[in-house]
Amino acid sequence: MSGVSLEDVRRVAELANLELTAEEEPRMQRDLNAILGHIAQLNELDTTGVLAMAQVGEMLGGAVHAHGEELRADVVRASVDRAAVMAVAPETDGRFFKVPKVIER
Amino acid sequence: MTIDAVRAAVAAGTTTATALAEQHYARIAADDGANGKGINSFLALSRERALAQAARVDAAAAKGEALGPLAGVPVGIKDVLAMQGSPATAGSLILKGYRPPYDGTAVAKLEAAGAVLLGKLNCDEFAMGSSNENSAYGAVKNPKALDRVPGGSSGGSAAAVAAGFAVATLGTDTGGSIRQPAAFCGVVGVLPTYGRVSRYGLIAFASSLDRVGPFTNTVKDAATLLEVLAGRDVMDETSADRPVDGYVAALENPVEGLRVGVPAEYFGEGLDPEIRAAIERVLDGLKLAGCVVKPVSLPHTKYAIPTYYVIATAEASSNLSRFDGVRFGLRSEDAATLSAMYRKTRDAGFGPEVKRRILLGTYALSAGYYDAYYRKAQQVRGLLTRDFLAAFGEVDVIVGPMTPTPAFKLGEKTDDPVAMYLADIYSVAASLAGICGVSVPCGETKDGLPIGVQIMARHFDEATMLRVGAAVEGQQAGRQVEG
Repeated sequence: MSGVSLEDVRRVAELANLELTAEEEPRMQRDLNAILGHIAQLNELDTTGVLAMAQVGEMLGGAVHAHGEELRADVVRASVDRAAVMAVAPETDGRFFKVPKVIER
Repeated sequence: MTIDAVRAAVAAGTTTATALAEQHYARIAADDGANGKGINSFLALSRERALAQAARVDAAAAKGEALGPLAGVPVGIKDVLAMQGSPATAGSLILKGYRPPYDGTAVAKLEAAGAVLLGKLNCDEFAMGSSNENSAYGAVKNPKALDRVPGGSSGGSAAAVAAGFAVATLGTDTGGSIRQPAAFCGVVGVLPTYGRVSRYGLIAFASSLDRVGPFTNTVKDAATLLEVLAGRDVMDETSADRPVDGYVAALENPVEGLRVGVPAEYFGEGLDPEIRAAIERVLDGLKLAGCVVKPVSLPHTKYAIPTYYVIATAEASSNLSRFDGVRFGLRSEDAATLSAMYRKTRDAGFGPEVKRRILLGTYALSAGYYDAYYRKAQQVRGLLTRDFLAAFGEVDVIVGPMTPTPAFKLGEKTDDPVAMYLADIYSVAASLAGICGVSVPCGETKDGLPIGVQIMARHFDEATMLRVGAAVEGQQAGRQVEG
């Protein structure tokens, strides 16, 4: 696999909603290439037919009952008070979060 | 001071929880700040809450009421966990000023058991780091050697126990962030099994890996804390619905007859010779105690670091998308549109390591690279986990070094991300497999730097793990007496 270009860094930064400065871009390019070079070791392994493991529980054959696969009872339970949540937000009208203009044209 | 000593003294009235809290605050005031040793472990103190809790404990003790298992014990909380009324920065500028309006479950459980919450502890930004040098609020110094790192990411949590600022602390471990700093600072640090301790109220880094666990001075203290922390929580659907063992009582059982596995892969090139010698002494001691020590194989160990850095960064890139200036923390004021506000807030709020990991994770998940990186890493994660499941068919615990080197110097690895990542070479495999692990102090180098031994056990078998840990600890005490 060929290395990460400056163009790739900019594209990925845009996908991640990050705005890198002109000084940050070459540094990130250098670091990503170094890390990806280390990660390339994984290609030494033949993983044909190996199942992808996303969660620990799935390797334990039901030994862990983690509840994630079943629906919990549909009952209302108390949550954090709305006023307390709004109080720590940068800008609200007390009921909703306020943000700058959403539609840009 | 141990938890048993605190509880006994408070119950007997020879001291009070209030006096203990004040003593610990005095020590923090003397040594943690720039005017003292500059350890920089605490980011915020919660005096009001601590003293109110101490007064409650003292009132109960005065009336002769039954006290909780942690009555009067001064504790500190890693700043990635929500504690109502106190800041939760996660070591990041993007959460500067944020005060969560609720308690995380682990925090609430400690207080319900009588613990006195002293404040919030420094860490690498969003728990991303192995040296605590990635905190936006300054590095933490190792109390055992002030020119060296305490390890990371829970560096403040390890340093606070090592410096005597708290009797116990909470940390989090995603790839080694409890066990590695425990080894560097000479304290006990427990990685509980994935699902054993609720993560409700934890600022997420990598959700398939993140765990909450304790730092303590002794293995028995760790067992006491884990008994309080463990168990199913309706607020965390990944918490396991399994009974919690009596970890403290289990320490009484002898280790005779237990099978101890030694993985050759953990003793290869790059292991400091003094650490190797210390681990070999631990293994000799376990043989003397009647354990059956035998080799086991964990053949995919060398792939654990690359696997981890794909999976952890991919999950982080998703989890950290919630920090966008809308609901909490920092918001960039000089943006006319929503998308500009997102980008400018994140650029100003995240430090270099967090940006690096978000970029790497986004890259690994992006079109054309998903199979080559993310799916491949998930497959290797399966192979690494099977290594452990096979080994635990033959042995009860696996013992090896916790870190390849003792604590390194501040600034030594900050310019080389790959060298920094390799500091976690012996810790990440257990993280990926979801098993439990503990670092127990087992001596010092000639220069006086702490050495930790890692003990790993089957999923949900913390009882056996801590039992072996207590045996190792007992041998250290014995050696000190002889010396």
